[in-house]
Amino acid sequence: MTAELLVDARAIRKEFGGLVACNDIDFTVERGAIVSLIGPNGAGKTTFFNMLTGAYTPTSGEIVFDGRDIVGLPQHKITALGIGRTFQNIRLFGAMTALENVLVGMHSRLRSGLFRSLARTPLQRREEKDGRAQARELLAYCGLSPRAEQQYARHLAYGDQRRVEVARALATNPKLLLLDEPTAGMNPKETIAFVDFVRKAREERGLTVLLIEHDMRVVVEVSERVTVLDYGEKIAEGTPDEVTADERVRSAYLGTKPVS
Amino acid sequence: MGTGVGTAAASSRRPILALVPRIRSRAVTALGILLLGLVAFWLVENAVHDIGQFGLVTLNGITNGSIYALVAIGYTLVYGILELINFAHGDVFSWGAMIAYSVAISWLGADNHSGIELFGILAVALLCAGAFCATLNVAVERVAYRRLRNAPRLAPLITAIGMSFVLSNAIAVVYGFNYVSSEPLLSRRALFTIEGQSYGWDKLIVLLITVPTLMSLMVVVKRTRWGKAMRATAQNRDAARLMGIDVDRAIAFAFGIGGALAGIGGFVYLVYFTQGRFDLGFQIGLFAFTAAVLGGIGNILGAALGGYLIGFIENYNSGLTWHAPGPSWTESLIFILLILILVFRPHGLLGEELSTRS
Repeated sequence: MTAELLVDARAIRKEFGGLVACNDIDFTVERGAIVSLIGPNGAGKTTFFNMLTGAYTPTSGEIVFDGRDIVGLPQHKITALGIGRTFQNIRLFGAMTALENVLVGMHSRLRSGLFRSLARTPLQRREEKDGRAQARELLAYCGLSPRAEQQYARHLAYGDQRRVEVARALATNPKLLLLDEPTAGMNPKETIAFVDFVRKAREERGLTVLLIEHDMRVVVEVSERVTVLDYGEKIAEGTPDEVTADERVRSAYLGTKPVS
Repeated sequence: MGTGVGTAAASSRRPILALVPRIRSRAVTALGILLLGLVAFWLVENAVHDIGQFGLVTLNGITNGSIYALVAIGYTLVYGILELINFAHGDVFSWGAMIAYSVAISWLGADNHSGIELFGILAVALLCAGAFCATLNVAVERVAYRRLRNAPRLAPLITAIGMSFVLSNAIAVVYGFNYVSSEPLLSRRALFTIEGQSYGWDKLIVLLITVPTLMSLMVVVKRTRWGKAMRATAQNRDAARLMGIDVDRAIAFAFGIGGALAGIGGFVYLVYFTQGRFDLGFQIGLFAFTAAVLGGIGNILGAALGGYLIGFIENYNSGLTWHAPGPSWTESLIFILLILILVFRPHGLLGEELSTRS
């Protein structure tokens, strides 16, 4: 049973002072699935992401990832266990090149410790060289042109910054990839390309993908299951078709139907 | 009617008003160029006057500047990653000089050796001073700053000042309040002489240690895994965590590197000046901090540049003979320069790269 579920979160609750941002949510993700988390602004989606990555510790509840309880683990350990994410507002290391950004993403997979870093042993040099080759591959995989590799991340075009962010997240070698509004700011053509990319990456890299998404076309197109949050409560769950037909979802998104 | 006249007058005045900032910025630029021109003229005139002395004073500037540069980088690394001015850093430097003294002179008796033995002793002292100060700086971070990381800025700042007193007083407890000093360790015999002025091993060794140190620092910061982790943490701590970086260790790494450089600086200082005291780090620390700000705080290259700049100002001012203000003006000049830089270029000479903090 646990082998099938990559994420098994039980009764997750997060309170900020008196505000309940996540109210006893049960949430599971099957291995290899593409799952969307949707809901109006302030529904608790990003809070939920932050609990998965360890940025927030849940007030109560347990999160089992890949058979391990991750509540209370420091973020860098959770990343090493295999959760990678991108941000809604891109957060690259602006004063580093695209390539360096991806190399930083490989941090937890590399072994050179503080002293090897200082001494620059042969192992460290080889590791660095291999790392560079892999980083180039990843950037190309995510569709960044080789010319952009050496540019500072802050000088890249918006679309390229998104590509670097995804490449950087993949560089942490995640089992679960969290994408926070990945298509925000993309035009329809780019959005379609991105949907194809997510599918391809899932197949080729054995990923499980969890996305927060506002664009319902993307949600319906790409996801196998959808969970809907509203005011910190889970109000619906199921296939995209089931969810879009749900009355509560419609009212959460469009407002309650006026009495006529 | 009256209002109509008023608006007409206002609109006709507006273009002139709009010109004011532009004229002002031009005037500032012109003044700046004039000032730089005067300084350049003064330097050239001095060089023409007495080229031998000018050359030597320049070399002295590089020597002193090396020490400031080594210390300044520690300030800049810590500021870059924590936005904390680590006032205790100057005293870590003092500890470096004192440890170098203990190891090289009290323990291994460097003043009675020469040749390859002396070289070996100095190498041991250098390593000890670097390692001790790296450990000390990491310990200071662990004990005094880590718990305050999310406190209001003033709290760690005050703690840093307190830490500075603790460290310098600890030196006084161990070594007393007076200078410890020794005979010159390296022969002051001239390597070459310019018109009666000599340049010896005691100065050359400063460069021989500083230049490779700074170069390897650049490699470590640019290329290695922990160097990258440190830069990533400085630029965006949240994203760095998500990349699997242990942010606490990356910060400790920055303190360790800064401490090691301060220790090397302390060693170099001891070899060059052959004396040390508990309050050594106060003035050097102040100059080095100024150097870090001049270069653009957070920028490693800038800190080194600022260190050398201050070394030059100090030595040109006190060493040149043609219309130099003289040694008693050195500090005033350095801080006037600091004020000018802060007013007209607040991010420092090379500070722009830092402003990418998102």
